[in-house]
Amino acid sequence: MKPRIAVVSAGLGEPSSTKLLADRLRDATLRALAGHGQHAEPVDIVLRPLAGDIASHMLTHNPSEALDAAIKEVIDAEAIIAVTPTFNMSYSGLFKSFFDVIEEGQLASIPTALGATGGSARHSMVMDTAMRPMFAYLKAQVVPTGVFAASEDWGTDSGLDRRIEREGKELADLMVALPRRREADPFDTSSEAFVSFEQMLGHA
Amino acid sequence: MSSMQFGIFSVSDITQDPTTGRTPSEHERIKGWIAMAKKAEEVGLDVFAAGEHHNPPFFSSSPTTILGYIAAQTERLILSTATTLITTNDPVKIAEDFAMLQHLSDGRADLTLGRGNTGPVYPWFGKDIRDGIELAIENYALLRKLWTEPVVNWAGKHRTPLTGYTSTPAPLDGVAPFVWHGSIRSPQIAEQAAYYGDGFFHNNIFWNKEHTERMVRLYRARFSHYGHGAPEEAIVGLGGQVFMKPTEREAKERFRPFFDVAPVYGHGPTLEEFTEMTPLTVGTPEQVIERTLGFRDYVGDYQRQLFLIDHAGLPLEEVLEQIEILGTEVVPVLRQEFDRVRQPGVPDAPTHAARVARAREAGTQLGEQGSAWKEQGARSDLDTGAAIARQADEQESEVAR
Repeated sequence: MKPRIAVVSAGLGEPSSTKLLADRLRDATLRALAGHGQHAEPVDIVLRPLAGDIASHMLTHNPSEALDAAIKEVIDAEAIIAVTPTFNMSYSGLFKSFFDVIEEGQLASIPTALGATGGSARHSMVMDTAMRPMFAYLKAQVVPTGVFAASEDWGTDSGLDRRIEREGKELADLMVALPRRREADPFDTSSEAFVSFEQMLGHA
Repeated sequence: MSSMQFGIFSVSDITQDPTTGRTPSEHERIKGWIAMAKKAEEVGLDVFAAGEHHNPPFFSSSPTTILGYIAAQTERLILSTATTLITTNDPVKIAEDFAMLQHLSDGRADLTLGRGNTGPVYPWFGKDIRDGIELAIENYALLRKLWTEPVVNWAGKHRTPLTGYTSTPAPLDGVAPFVWHGSIRSPQIAEQAAYYGDGFFHNNIFWNKEHTERMVRLYRARFSHYGHGAPEEAIVGLGGQVFMKPTEREAKERFRPFFDVAPVYGHGPTLEEFTEMTPLTVGTPEQVIERTLGFRDYVGDYQRQLFLIDHAGLPLEEVLEQIEILGTEVVPVLRQEFDRVRQPGVPDAPTHAARVARAREAGTQLGEQGSAWKEQGARSDLDTGAAIARQADEQESEVAR
């Protein structure tokens, strides 16, 4: 199976500029990967249709089939591109909630590219004040560039394309240079990381 | 008793009946449990299992008290727990309380150990939730010693050491109550149950079946790894949640208002969605039978099935009706059908009589307090009776002075 890149977008509009930015980052990453002679399969994960399921999961610990599939796509991926609209100086609640229902540790070491959209460039700090701290907590490896696209960027030559290309290249480089290390499945008794009861008792 | 045991378990929530706005008192709910247990025995169910909580809206803080009271009013019912907190209870007290219950009930007692899920309970009882697994492991290792060794010398991390301690009363007939270990998703607990060859119980109610399947598969594999028998010989118990009426439409109409605002899953998915995600079945007795028989597809042949039927504010009359339907329409068919498809070599559900017979055969049965360890030549300064006598002498001489 081809390695996959999970492209998570939390835009609420239809069409959504957040999804548009996610698509552009995805394409840039694939082009840069091709430059390394590698290929990946992108999987678009649009959060809007999962909003109700995410809330239900928070209340019951039960993911719907669709949400379960989306979570698996993200935690099994070789890289993540995560893009959110900016609300009240931060990522949207929907964006945060999706990552909140992913179990701790599941995203450790995953190469990640961040993006955000907003009404004006004055919101661009969201990437460094909100998104990076959260992904640092999740122990993801985040590339240095983060692309913020303000409404005006879509109509002017503000260097958006250049920034997208750079971030795509950084993600591709990171995927090649430092691919994610997967945590051992705690249920896999054949893995070296499996903890036997003798070990728990301190006998082995 | 047949190869499988069927019964009910309760978390002991006090919840408003959303259809009438009425909230039962603690006293009503406590007495309601007695009525439920007696009804369960009357209609031929095998087990009543009490939850343990130490905060409102729950009332079951003292399970062995209530189970002892039920034991006095029943004759066949097995008194169990779901679950007994192995983390925050002193294992010494668990050993005493459940051995006492075992005597009073003539061997109709067993218990399911769990870690509990309310964060503040740990600090209230002087523990730290981050030690949850460690406490479950250390405390249970001590509990086993207390039930199998006449005189215990022990030191651990989470409790004051014991020197020359004899747990009283000794287990009935020198055989400890059967222990189940309950966990939703911690592989360490499945591993613990497997290591000791104890039972494993999955509550199987609020979570999707993949958790249950994965835990039981690990437990069975490790049960075999630790030399207790084939994976199919491991002892598995499951929960389940049902609500029944003669037609599916009636069942859904009646249960929906309770479901929609229920603690734990209310205000979230619809009844239909939750039914699809979890083992919850709201419908006819036939639908419950079919769904329950399907549990076997993902856990294999198992020994105990408990149903949750009294939560979310359902009034007592309704709960008693559910027990009646279980006993008269559902469980007789389940017994027959499960037995029909049961693979040879799968052990029967654990009972005290069978465990005593096995212990006699294996020569692992213990004597009453005192007798066994005196035979082993224990030190006289560790003799409880001698210690009491000495204390009495000292007190007398104090008075004399």
